[in-house]
Amino acid sequence: MIRTAILAAALSGLWLLLSGYFDKALLLGFGAASIAVSIYLARRANVIDDEGVPNGLMPGIFGYWLWLAREIGKANIAVIRHALAIDLKLSPQMLKITSPTKTNAGLATFCNSVTLTPGTVTVDLEPEYFVVHALTEELADEDAIMDMGARVARLESPSAVQEAEHQGAAAIANPGTGTKTGGGAP
Amino acid sequence: MDLDLIKDILSWILFAAGGIAVVAGAVGLVRFPDFYTRLHGAGVTDTAGAELILFAMMLQAPNWLVVMKLVFISFFLFLTSPVATHAVAHAAWVGGVRPMLGKDLKRAGDE
Repeated sequence: MIRTAILAAALSGLWLLLSGYFDKALLLGFGAASIAVSIYLARRANVIDDEGVPNGLMPGIFGYWLWLAREIGKANIAVIRHALAIDLKLSPQMLKITSPTKTNAGLATFCNSVTLTPGTVTVDLEPEYFVVHALTEELADEDAIMDMGARVARLESPSAVQEAEHQGAAAIANPGTGTKTGGGAP
Repeated sequence: MDLDLIKDILSWILFAAGGIAVVAGAVGLVRFPDFYTRLHGAGVTDTAGAELILFAMMLQAPNWLVVMKLVFISFFLFLTSPVATHAVAHAAWVGGVRPMLGKDLKRAGDE
C-alpha cells in the first residue's frame, strides 16, 4: 500500500511539473484520471514491487547519487585522458565481483552504477557474482568497486532485505513461479 | 556584473566542457582497439557529455518549468543509459565476443 502511495505521489509530481497546469480544474481532473488509470494498470500487472517502486533504498539513495556523480566525474577525466593520449596505454581487465547487496533493487543499483562509471562496464550477471570489464588496471580497482557495493548495501532497509529473503525462500519452494532477477540470464 | 552575465559565463563553460567530453568520447570510440574498450569511450559521451550540456541548458532556461523538464531528462538519462550500455555489452558477451585483455591486448586463444 505504501508503494502505491509513493508511486501516486511521484506520478502526480511528474504530471504537474511536465504540464505546468496548476489552476485549470478540467485539465487537473484529466491528469488525476490518467494517474488513477496508470496505478490501476500497474497494480493489475503486478509491477509495484521492490523493483517497480524501490522504496527499500530511499531516502539514502539521494545522497548516494551525489557521491556517485563525483565518482563519475573522476572516472570521466581518467577515461578522457586515455582517449586523447598520444600513445594508447590500455590494459583491459575482467573482474568477478561478488555483490554485498541482498535485494534485487540493490543489485540493479550497484551493477548500473558500475556501468555508469566510465572505464567499467558490467557485462554479465550470474547468480553468485557479476563480471565487470575495465579499461585499464588502475580503473579495475576491486576495492573501489566493493566500496561502492558496500555503500549500496548500506542503503537497503532491513524490511526490504527481509522481503527479498522471503521471496528467495518462496522461489525455492515453488520453482517456476520464481522471482524476477535484474539483467536476467539468456 | 549582473546575474545574467554570470549565468551566461557559467553556462558557456559547461557547454564547452560538455562539448569536449562528447568529442573525447567519440575519439575514444574510434581509437580504442576492441568492442568492450570502445564501450568505455561511449560511456564518456553518455555521462559527462550529456549531463554537462543539460546543466548548461538549465542555466539558459527561461523559467522554472523548463528547468524541471531538463532535470527530468537528465534524471531519466542517468537511469536508462547504463541499462542500454549493459544490454549492448551483455549481448556481445553472450554472442561470444571475447575481450582483448592485459597490456599486450591479447584475446584468449590468440597466438
